[in-house]
Amino acid sequence: MKKEQLLDMYYQMVLIRRVEEAAAELYQQGKIGGFLHLYIGQEAVSTGLVAARQPQDRIITAYRDHGVALNVGISARQVMAELLGKATGISKGKGGSMHMADVEKNFWGGHAIVGAHLPIAAGLALGDQYRGSDGVTICMFGDGATNIGYFHEALNLSKVWKLPVLWVCENNQYGMGTAVERASAVSEIRRKADGYAIPNMAIDGMNVMEVYETAQKALAHVRAAGPFLLEINTYRFRGHSMGDPERYRDKEEVARWQENDPIGIFRRWLLENEKASAETLDAIEARAAADTDDAIRFAETSPEPTLDELFKDIYVEANHG
Amino acid sequence: MAKITMRQAISQALWEEMERDENVFILGEEVGIWGGTYAVTKGFYDHFGEKRVRDTPIAEAVIVGAAIGAAMTGLRPIAEIMTINFAFSAMDHIVNEAAKMRAMFGGQMRVPMVIRTVSGGGRQLGATHSQTPDAVFAHFPGLKVVAPGTPYDAKGLLKAAIRSDDPVLFIEHATMYQVRGEVPEEEYLVPIGQSKIQRPGRDVTLAAYSKGLDLALKAAAQLAQEGIEAEVIDLRTLRPLDMQPIYQSLEKTNRLVVVEEGWKSYGVGAEIAARTQEEAFDLLDAPILRVAQKEVPLPYNSTLEQAALPQVVDVIAAVQEVLR
Ligand SMILES: Cc1ncc(C[n+]2csc(CCOP(=O)(O)OP(=O)(O)O)c2C)c(N)n1
Ligand SMILES: [Mg+2]
Repeated sequence: MKKEQLLDMYYQMVLIRRVEEAAAELYQQGKIGGFLHLYIGQEAVSTGLVAARQPQDRIITAYRDHGVALNVGISARQVMAELLGKATGISKGKGGSMHMADVEKNFWGGHAIVGAHLPIAAGLALGDQYRGSDGVTICMFGDGATNIGYFHEALNLSKVWKLPVLWVCENNQYGMGTAVERASAVSEIRRKADGYAIPNMAIDGMNVMEVYETAQKALAHVRAAGPFLLEINTYRFRGHSMGDPERYRDKEEVARWQENDPIGIFRRWLLENEKASAETLDAIEARAAADTDDAIRFAETSPEPTLDELFKDIYVEANHG
Repeated sequence: MAKITMRQAISQALWEEMERDENVFILGEEVGIWGGTYAVTKGFYDHFGEKRVRDTPIAEAVIVGAAIGAAMTGLRPIAEIMTINFAFSAMDHIVNEAAKMRAMFGGQMRVPMVIRTVSGGGRQLGATHSQTPDAVFAHFPGLKVVAPGTPYDAKGLLKAAIRSDDPVLFIEHATMYQVRGEVPEEEYLVPIGQSKIQRPGRDVTLAAYSKGLDLALKAAAQLAQEGIEAEVIDLRTLRPLDMQPIYQSLEKTNRLVVVEEGWKSYGVGAEIAARTQEEAFDLLDAPILRVAQKEVPLPYNSTLEQAALPQVVDVIAAVQEVLR
């Protein structure tokens, strides 16, 4: 990979971290409402996946979507403005944290009903297959989502129709407060794909290079031969959403995972492999912090949507009540 | 009488019924170790243990489906569906199984099950997580649908629901857990299927339930300052729907406004207006008005969301309109 791309990945990971840390503070100040699910700790997953995709590859995910949003190139300004419910947000302030999308960037949304976007991903892939495009749909979802029927229906159909979907389970060890082994008959989630004869693999999601390289191979497989499932092991450093009392895990466990901070791991890798100097990486971190500050300023000074927006964008055609 | 919150009232009802009958158990997402997403079952897991307070996978269809099956064997499951928006993932089991099981087999089976769930907007949770689709569920014969508006009724109705031999959908409102009200120390039940006057009046009848009741009572208090006495009737149960208190009230007032949080089209107000004109047309001196949600998926932005949700001022405006 080119040095510029590596450094851009580093920038993206740090930007996600800074934007979300800021979002957590803005939430405490009451400037962000609703649910706020932070991606902190999981940045390597979406960063590696998005770096590996081609422009024609679609991506779709669940409500924990700030990472993908920033990776695909939605500006920090538009992300922050959406979090603050402003007219300048990527979803015009109507979606909030859980519902970011940018169709032009082939990002088909954060979706808030657990598992519900897996059948949709099958349909996106069907669209590409039908038209003869070689695009792949990357569908990300949590470990918890593999226990709902949607997962099984979608995987099965994708195999039967050889749909070009890369199924990506982000196994962050918990669905809300429920540990994987308390909810899933197999705790090695990739094995669920065996039931549908979908080739699969589990990898370390704290290492962005591993995610990137595996995703490239998996995407090539999907393009040539149909669905593949990647289980990417990771951990959310924060609660499920804001205000999670975290009774279900102990501080030592969190601390253990935090020693494997994906940003720290990537930084060391870049230094050890002489891809960048410490000064260069420091400068990137400073830029991410400055861009976050700029995004906050932009979002805070942006206008609220006007009341007539309420009735807009509900139907494509005229809405006659 | 002690004043307790809606959350405490619901929690007490569950606790008391579990102490009373060991066939009663809870299953659902995060009901155990987490203590319930809305903290209703906090402490239950430690007290009753994992046999009776069962954390489930995120799998609404099997939560409801397994509850139905267990109920058919004589247990009394309380299936918690984290919010009513996720009940759509279990819709087949609610509609095609729970509601039909008895009738379809000529009365051989019974499904003594409660589905507890949480409805309502106003918390900036966006389009999929803010719905008030209560009326949808009230459409199906075979299901009972209960939606209390006070802690007293919540406790009494939930206990009655748990003891009911039929499937009951018990709907709580996401923004009402802190609402306080008087609840007696001694045991009581509130029968399912009875509307009730929550505030007497003579000038206009407000029929409401759940969050709509809250709006109606606040509107009534303000209207009283202008000398307008609204009689507020709490439906409490959407199916079976008890219209008699509304008709009795109309004998005095001859004017009716229905207040609900859900969408207006095909809603609770539509049902009440239709029944009233079918069964009590002569009691009406003015068209029936409905106060309800604007016909849009709820947006995240708080100003827009509040503009879409019915407000106290909307109730007052409707009352003034029917009194003109
Ligand atoms: C159908 C449905 N049921 C329940 C919920 C509530 N809920 C939101 S996130 C979540 C946990 C999901 O866990 P997982 O899939 O592992 O994703 P993670 O949050 O860990 O990223 C639950 C239960 C929901 N949004 N949709
Ligand atoms: Mg998870």
